[in-house]
Amino acid sequence: MPLTREEIRGLTKKAWDIRRAIIETTFTCGGSHIGGSLSQTDVLVALYYRYLNIDPARPGWEDRDRFILSKGHGGIGWASVLGDRGYFDKALLKDFNKTGSPFGMHLDSLKVKGCDASTGSLGHGLAIAVGLAIGARLTGKGFRTYVMMGDGELCEGTIWEAAILAGHRKLDNLTAFVDRNGLMIDGPTEQITTLEPIDEKFKAFGWEALTIDGHDFAQIGEAIEQAQAVRGKPCVIICKTVKGKGVDLMENKAPWHYGGLNSDLRDQALASVDRHYRELLG
Amino acid sequence: MAEGMTWSVTDGDKLTQAEIYGEVLSQLGDRYPDLVAITADLASSTKIGRFGKKFPDRFINVGIAENSMFGMAAGLAQAGLRPVVSTFAAFTALRSAEQVRTDICYQNLNVKIISTHAGISFGQAGSTHHCTEDLAVMRSFANMTVIVPADGIETGNAVAAAMEWPGPVYIRVGRGFEPPVNKTQDYGFAIGRAITMREGTDLAIIACGVGVLQAVRAAEILKAQGLSVRVINMHTVKPIDRDAIIEAVKDTRRIVTVEEHNVVGGLGSAVAEVIVESGRACAFRRLGVPDCYSIVGYPEDLYHHYRFDADGIVETVGELMRLEIEEDEDWEDEA
Ligand SMILES: Cc1ncc(C[n+]2csc(CCOP(=O)(O)OP(=O)(O)O)c2C)c(N)n1
Repeated sequence: MPLTREEIRGLTKKAWDIRRAIIETTFTCGGSHIGGSLSQTDVLVALYYRYLNIDPARPGWEDRDRFILSKGHGGIGWASVLGDRGYFDKALLKDFNKTGSPFGMHLDSLKVKGCDASTGSLGHGLAIAVGLAIGARLTGKGFRTYVMMGDGELCEGTIWEAAILAGHRKLDNLTAFVDRNGLMIDGPTEQITTLEPIDEKFKAFGWEALTIDGHDFAQIGEAIEQAQAVRGKPCVIICKTVKGKGVDLMENKAPWHYGGLNSDLRDQALASVDRHYRELLG
Repeated sequence: MAEGMTWSVTDGDKLTQAEIYGEVLSQLGDRYPDLVAITADLASSTKIGRFGKKFPDRFINVGIAENSMFGMAAGLAQAGLRPVVSTFAAFTALRSAEQVRTDICYQNLNVKIISTHAGISFGQAGSTHHCTEDLAVMRSFANMTVIVPADGIETGNAVAAAMEWPGPVYIRVGRGFEPPVNKTQDYGFAIGRAITMREGTDLAIIACGVGVLQAVRAAEILKAQGLSVRVINMHTVKPIDRDAIIEAVKDTRRIVTVEEHNVVGGLGSAVAEVIVESGRACAFRRLGVPDCYSIVGYPEDLYHHYRFDADGIVETVGELMRLEIEEDEDWEDEA
């Protein structure tokens, strides 16, 4: 069922909170992968607050849907969502990156509740997700597996090895997202190694491929529902996004892949996000 | 530029290891027209990009594809070029270990690998970005030379020396915010030859990388306690300077190794192999990361946490000094 206007409004407000939390934690932790955390946020919010079949009180529940953040450097954004969703006390995030904290830049599945795979080395997540999806079948479980990759991450050969297998095995319990913000660290993806056409590549490997605006909840919702309904093949949702989304001074700027915020920059960033959402919510 | 030197930097003591590496490499680009530099979306982080700015035609950014990058480096070397490759240590030594071994080392190709963010120097990033296994892995590849510079200046020296050293070379670089241990670049760096930073007769600390600074600091503290501690900078872990180790055993009979690496398989293991094969017994401790996945935190905090900072070294030295070591007149003959 398509998201209602009220649901979209609720998710939009949530995304506002999460973007604010990412900025605040970036300020306290000294530096973070903020650009890609802001670009992935709306998809994560749609999944965690609407689509994933999960119970934060039972993080180990066997039948839960799985989510793997293959672009593990988005950990600060993911942790902001997991904390808000009740997997742990949000207050713990004030120690993000600090010595002895359970939270490093890349989340550790043994230390962070709700984190199902310790990612951070790019190119690993899709294969883990394929293993989960095959595992669900072998154990007769109905859970679905979702995985989010970076677009730069698609350079890694292991992504395509896993993609071939997922297509071959017709894993319709698997949905992948590509955070297509157009940037990796050293610059625009198409200037470093041409990735397009991404959708045709996946289709050639036996996948269904959808392309959407990754900041538009109506489109995100519709695509996830379509992916859930696809039979006989896995589905990839290519989300056109903006790196640094919501913070004017960061949007589409490669150097904001990773960065720190002093109190001035933090205030500017928060003001920018607030402006963005006031406009959006009217 | 000092005589015989192929590089120079100003304010070398204020630059990180990687910054000096990037600068030195771009200077070496003039000297070696066959030098090509390669990275996998880490031009800025590893500083190899500095070479790319100066020589865009001899610079290849392959995207985030380390395995192909190391395979490609082998191909470039076979085509007669002198490839220099940089990414984070975890991706070189772990992800692409097989390409480094089979494509590069097995064929004994002239590829120089400079890996940054090694050890626990990228502490806040967590274990996916820590690399406390690279010395163990790289040391086990036949034909490979393994160098762990103690600071930025030594990194410059190691990179320059590697250009003239045949076959594959692995140079391990941290993030390098620590103060340097070398004041000038002309202190006699040579691959395979350890450097005695301080003389001493009670005990010898054999260290590499950031361990050298910690060892020098520890030796100063211990001097105030009346102990004479030798500090050896074992910058080349392979081929290791056996003579320096055996001499230290003979002179002190107490050895502590210090490395920013798992105590399994790295410098400590390499030194232990030499000592045991020499047939000379001595008191011995390895300091480093104690066979675990290191916790998250700032590097200096982690050195302390794992007790291979100056404090931890002093503590371990104290322990070894309390051991009774039998004087043995015939010890020389036993080996
Ligand atoms: C195997 C591996 N190589 C390199 C890196 C270093 N690295 C971290 S993020 C990043 C760029 C990622 O770009 P992209 O996938 O497009 O992510 P996003 O733009 O969404 O942040 C790189 C190269 C890594 N984490 N893992």
